[in-house]
Amino acid sequence: MNKIRKYSRHPGLNMGSTDPETHEAAETLLFGFWVFLMSDLVLFALLFADYAAQSQHGVAGGPTPGDILDLKNPFIETMLLLVSSFTFGLAALAMKYRQDRTRLVFWLVVTFALGAGFVGLEVYDFTDMISKGHGPQTSGFLSAFFLLVGTHGIHVSSGLIWLLVLLVQVFVFGLNRNVKTRLMRLAIFWHMLDVVWIGIFTFVYLFGVA
Amino acid sequence: MTGQPFDYFWLGKLSIDSLPFVEFIRDPNSNTAVGAFAKAAAIGGAMGLMVLLTVFGKWRVFWHEWLTSLDAKKIGIMYIVLAMVMLLRAVIEAGFMRAQQMLAVEQPGPLAPEHFGELFSTHGTIMIFFMAMPFLIGIINVVMPLQIGARDVKFPLLNAISLALTAAGAVLIMISLVIGKFSTGGWSGYPPFTELAFNPGAGVDYWIWAVTLSSIGNTLTGINFAVTIYKLRAPGMTWFRMPLFSWTALCTSIIMIFAMMPLTVATLMLALDRYAGFHFFTNALGGNMMNYTNLFWLFGHPEVYIVILPAFGVFSEVFSTFSGKRLYGYHSLVFATMAIAVLSFCVWLHHFFTMGETADLNAAFGIATMLIGVPTGVKVYDWLLTMVRGRVRLTTAMLFSIMFMVTFVIGGLTGVILANPPVDFAVHNSLFLVAHFHNMLIPGTLFGMFAAYYVWFPKMFGFRLSEKWGRISFWCWSFGFYLAFMPLYALGLMGAMRRSAQWFDPQYLPWLVVAFCGALLILAGLASQVVQLWVSIRDRDTTRVPGGDPWDGRSLEWSMSAPPPEYNFAVIPQVHDRDAFTWMKKNGTSYTAPEHYEDIKMPKNSIVAPVICALTAALGFALTWHIWWLTIASFIAVWATVIARSFCQNTEETIPASQVREEHERWLRSVKALKPAPREHETTSANQGLAEVVV
Repeated sequence: MNKIRKYSRHPGLNMGSTDPETHEAAETLLFGFWVFLMSDLVLFALLFADYAAQSQHGVAGGPTPGDILDLKNPFIETMLLLVSSFTFGLAALAMKYRQDRTRLVFWLVVTFALGAGFVGLEVYDFTDMISKGHGPQTSGFLSAFFLLVGTHGIHVSSGLIWLLVLLVQVFVFGLNRNVKTRLMRLAIFWHMLDVVWIGIFTFVYLFGVA
Repeated sequence: MTGQPFDYFWLGKLSIDSLPFVEFIRDPNSNTAVGAFAKAAAIGGAMGLMVLLTVFGKWRVFWHEWLTSLDAKKIGIMYIVLAMVMLLRAVIEAGFMRAQQMLAVEQPGPLAPEHFGELFSTHGTIMIFFMAMPFLIGIINVVMPLQIGARDVKFPLLNAISLALTAAGAVLIMISLVIGKFSTGGWSGYPPFTELAFNPGAGVDYWIWAVTLSSIGNTLTGINFAVTIYKLRAPGMTWFRMPLFSWTALCTSIIMIFAMMPLTVATLMLALDRYAGFHFFTNALGGNMMNYTNLFWLFGHPEVYIVILPAFGVFSEVFSTFSGKRLYGYHSLVFATMAIAVLSFCVWLHHFFTMGETADLNAAFGIATMLIGVPTGVKVYDWLLTMVRGRVRLTTAMLFSIMFMVTFVIGGLTGVILANPPVDFAVHNSLFLVAHFHNMLIPGTLFGMFAAYYVWFPKMFGFRLSEKWGRISFWCWSFGFYLAFMPLYALGLMGAMRRSAQWFDPQYLPWLVVAFCGALLILAGLASQVVQLWVSIRDRDTTRVPGGDPWDGRSLEWSMSAPPPEYNFAVIPQVHDRDAFTWMKKNGTSYTAPEHYEDIKMPKNSIVAPVICALTAALGFALTWHIWWLTIASFIAVWATVIARSFCQNTEETIPASQVREEHERWLRSVKALKPAPREHETTSANQGLAEVVV
């Protein structure tokens, strides 16, 4: 009982049975990172609230959400991001159970590719909207749209850079404690972005076309 | 888009007119003279500091012992120094504003309206973001880890980076004094006035980036403190054994985590409007300034409690320590603090009762606002009852605390008046409001920070501050406060609106003269604090407190030498009681050598924070003046610094157990040689930091 409590204090911390020392050391680090994520979620909450107001009241005679949003690319993006979360999960398992780095690196690279695909498709969507005259300068609604979706996109992009840095560190330092705890933190960051995206997909796109 | 394209590429919107003194040389008058004086003071101050460092050969010490240090105590002291420098500037600005308003009854007065607008904008921005916040964060940095029995905060480098970001914001504000002009949009920067259409200059951009940098720093600080208090408390320090100051630090940190983000979002959205033509808060194309108002006060009201709660914590410690008594109603104080923290998020709408909400909504928020008076009242009673039957010693810190209690109750009363929407409709935006919030922030936050400064100064530096000059400053500040702000209540009720550069009613004059005299007295108070610091440093050999416990303290921060060793505790103590150190003194376990010592791991110094400070200041400056090459370069450099640091594996150094033992035992021997001081000799040289234990 005691053991279970000790090993499952904070979600995202899974090294208890294979690397207890890192598990111990990571405990407060991960807690700190959860607190950071909380403040980051406040950011998204505010952007959602702003979008809720401006997508209704800020259209200003321009296009409404129903006019310009469609589900095709966002759905593909959703799939890419969800699968990338799954592959990050596989990477986390590889880090936990495997001594060799190959499998870990493989899943991280797959995650990177999926994430990059997500960002690429999103950038394509954005440029497409702007070229059709639906840029963020068009109306309060589109300002809020680009800020909300774009902030998520910037988060994913920074996650990708972080992932690249950690891939380099996996090769430079091997799987030492620092690298492991950083991967754990990146993992929960990545999963959080997934959750936020589900919110965006539902609230912005599904509600938008409905 | 001034000048040739070549200039624009390298210098952005900077031009000859943005240089200091140009305006004064072209058109010397009272208005530009005041500006030139301010510029000269800012440049002179910076040059003076550099000359002093060079003359005394202290650059190396400054760099190795301070700027690159990750020690929370030193970071805290740097925060406090920053706060005091900014306090000096903002109080002088307040003096100029009072002078202008006094001299501008039925005439223009010495300052141009634009200049007056800059003054109240910098005054407010500085006092909140670069005085109150750094002051309280500094005190928490110094005191909280010591109080909870920790060696440092959980993330020392992050702590240094928070300071770096706040300092970069402060640097921007100081630069705005010298190069170009600052915003005239007030500390709250309401659009659409601050939008490009009405304010095309660089002033608002200075405000945006200074505030954004500091708010990011404060978010990180909140995370750091909260995690430290959750995870690093000494064994035995349960939640309800935690000193009240640490409780308030925790509540403030939690508020920071949630409340700083709305500010960051609001300022960044305003920046997108201004830089990229978005329409969040503009008048056209679906923008709506009410979105800004909501976001700003969603931060702004919790901010009020961010700055007041740590002061409440300080007062709790002061009343208990200087009454020689356990804090009365500890649990109710904790619950009241928590209640205030929660309620702080439920009242933001009272900042704009008059901006179009329904009466029902106003009523709900009005009632919620009045509710805050309840936990605050509980606190006042607890403090009073702490003093009852205590052996009260009227030291400077205690004087400030008592003055706080009386004055704060008056301010609270006017707050309840303002919380009533119909009344608010009558007096909003008048000097009545200005009087109210100064009535809360000066005796509340500022006196609290002063009390903290007096109480913990000996812990930080190893000697006491001059009591005589402390008292002089206390009387100046107190009378100055009453003279300066009580007339504003009357003026507000007479219809005087805030932020007015000129008046048309001769009846205001006598009140404005009294208020100006109050401002002079406050300046005298500030000057006597400068003198106090000077005198105290000069006479430090007679006020040393090597024992580390000058006030018969009750919590753990008094249990080690003053100043404390880098690692705070030779051995992490076991806590048995709420007044942990008093318990140790009564049970004879204070000043005892532990059975064995262990190696201590402490973070190494790092150049990351000063580098980030310089780079983010450059980033803010470049953004303000549209110098795009520098913007891109400094932005990339900031993140490159962070990434490079993550490749640095060897970030800790070990202090061997033998060294810890030697240092600790040397201190214990020196304590044995001290004579315990009775409390009646507390403020004399008999007080060497060893308190007489009264069992």
